[in-house]
Amino acid sequence: MADNGLKTEVISDEMLTIEGRLSQEYKYGFVTDIDQETIPPGLSEEVIGIISSKKTEPKWLLDWRLKAYRQWLKMEEPEWSMVDYDPIDYQKISYYAAPKSKEDGPNSLDEVDPELLKTYEKLGIPLEEQKMLAGVAVDAVFDSVSVATTFKEELEKAGVIFCSFSEAVVNHPDLIRKYLGSVVPYTDNFFASLNSAVFSDGSFVYVPKGVRCPMELSTYFRINAANTGQFERTLIVADEGSYVSYLEGCTAPMRDENQLHAAVVELVAHKDATIKYSTVQNWYPGDPNTGKGGIYNFVTKRGSCLEKNSKISWTQVETGSAITWKYPSVILKGDNTVGEFYSVALTNNFQQADTGTKMIHMGKNTSSTIVSKGISAGKGQNTYRGAVTIQKKADNARNYSQCDSLLIGNKCGAHTFPYIDVRNPSAQMEHEASTSAIGEDQIYYCNQRGISTEDAVSMIVNGFCKEVFKELPMEFAVEAQKLLEVSLEGSVG
Amino acid sequence: MLDIKNLHVNVEEKPILNGIDLTVNAGELHAIMGPNGSGKSTLAHVIAGREIYEVTNGEIIYDGKDLLEMNPEERALKGVFMSYQYPAVIPGVNLAYFMKAAVNAIRKHRGEPEMDAVDFLSFIKEKLAEVEMDEAYLKRAVNDGFSGGEKKRNEILQMLTLDPSLAVLDETDSGLDIDAVRIVADGVNKFRREDRAVVVITHYQRILQYMDPDMVHVLMDGRIIRSGGKNLAHELEEKGYSWLREETAS
Repeated sequence: MADNGLKTEVISDEMLTIEGRLSQEYKYGFVTDIDQETIPPGLSEEVIGIISSKKTEPKWLLDWRLKAYRQWLKMEEPEWSMVDYDPIDYQKISYYAAPKSKEDGPNSLDEVDPELLKTYEKLGIPLEEQKMLAGVAVDAVFDSVSVATTFKEELEKAGVIFCSFSEAVVNHPDLIRKYLGSVVPYTDNFFASLNSAVFSDGSFVYVPKGVRCPMELSTYFRINAANTGQFERTLIVADEGSYVSYLEGCTAPMRDENQLHAAVVELVAHKDATIKYSTVQNWYPGDPNTGKGGIYNFVTKRGSCLEKNSKISWTQVETGSAITWKYPSVILKGDNTVGEFYSVALTNNFQQADTGTKMIHMGKNTSSTIVSKGISAGKGQNTYRGAVTIQKKADNARNYSQCDSLLIGNKCGAHTFPYIDVRNPSAQMEHEASTSAIGEDQIYYCNQRGISTEDAVSMIVNGFCKEVFKELPMEFAVEAQKLLEVSLEGSVG
Repeated sequence: MLDIKNLHVNVEEKPILNGIDLTVNAGELHAIMGPNGSGKSTLAHVIAGREIYEVTNGEIIYDGKDLLEMNPEERALKGVFMSYQYPAVIPGVNLAYFMKAAVNAIRKHRGEPEMDAVDFLSFIKEKLAEVEMDEAYLKRAVNDGFSGGEKKRNEILQMLTLDPSLAVLDETDSGLDIDAVRIVADGVNKFRREDRAVVVITHYQRILQYMDPDMVHVLMDGRIIRSGGKNLAHELEEKGYSWLREETAS
């Protein structure tokens, strides 16, 4: 994939000022395929102008980015979460980096960190895929491209739009303009505002009325999926009566140079529509002995059940990143709408996770289910933070929440912060919570039956997580199980 | 098969076993009886390899090898089985899954092919029938919500399924009603074979009525103070342990 697919514009000096940019809209209409340089670190209106112009965006989108930026300048970085990290200098980050030239990467798997290869091996990842994940230059067009093309044709037949966000801005501007920011406004929170100002690329999905998307959509099958960058933007719209299942992420650890990731995901479900969104996140967690260098994953994910009988279901398996800060939420606006959140979050060594969900009941007969499984090992800190809000007009709303924590070893921590706000007396709320530890007696018992300590731990952990795993598409579930095993290696004994 | 010589064991610096000598040959069943706190369970756990027990002196030879050199997993793989007085509860892991993992770990160690789900299921169903357990147990989490009797029966099921050479049963009969005692004893009798040895640790001689022990040993204050045939168990039942204590003291 020598072609990175980004359409870029030649930049002149005068374009580096906003006025210049605005007055010269699309004057430089020609595009080149040449790999772009990186914009020097720093964030300003000029930089946002450059990002927008490199992507040949319409003026309204640039304006939207600028509004977000101005809002962001007035905001403070949130400090309420249970995560601890050194202050981020936002002026030291480069906000536009074209995909790295392939020559910079390793030339073959021999040059790749053997630890990384060992992990791929354990996860059973095919050789060609290993090369792609490790960033090895692959000259031959390998299988997934042709697979992707076949998929694309099938999707087109069904009328499903599935493309990069940048392509969608060019080819489906009306849809983007209608839905962008409709669920997560640019004013939403510090990281969402930052993303809105500088987002690089991402995915767009539109499923038309009455269409059941013929396959699970996965970023993996989208050409150019790699290098969507640290400020990813995803928008999924399911029109009346449609169904779509979307898989995000990858079980294999990805090579990534960027420490800060602030993505935004917006889901919109119209009448009778269902969106199922599954995530497996396994970014670099940092050095196991010091915690240094891991990814900060500050994500805003929210879905809106806009009209009646719609359903949005989030399933996440979070095993990577040094810090995870994310609360996939559902706004239950239409009557009879359903929101679900199934989560497994694992923190080992020095990892910290503050994750959970918000279920906002607005319509009548709305129901939500929350199943959260937190696993802490090593010195990991794991926090569940969830809010269930039943608004005044939400008659007969129901919520069931279950938050379980599993501790491995005695240096880790688990914390639970469930917030419940009920303003309608007909609501039915159930909340269950438990904390357990993998005991020495359990390990001893398994050992006495010939089961190794590692197998015993993964068996117990998988048992603990199975309610969530069963929500994942079959293939993903198997991978997720293996991933937990690898992530927990050496956490006991 | 099992040769224990001059075994001394401490728990948190406190001596519990003070020189145990015990030899159990293949094909034999030995009963170890004794009052509470005499060190019976300690002996079972030291054979199984629990870490908190510190062996300060003596040795345990199993099948010609130094058992104390092996961790609990290796011992299990080499055919040492312990039936627990208080088996661990493992929520979320169903019995079928657990047993399949154990059976295959042992098969793998022996160089036998691992069993697939279909073969395993028909295999385990036969074993369940032997201890009169319903197939529904396979879907339940290991020992989770099991009654005392169910737990003990589950231990016997595992013994019959895992095909060990040496089985040490720690207080397998305590808390069981008479029917359950019979089922457990029945399981042990089915298990007995020329090439297998059994050590039954018990407070009461009740379960021994359904078995045929080759030797009965009385453990008191960390020592075996008396060994004899099956009749010793009856004598203890009639006279209690204090009789022996007095006799040894004098």
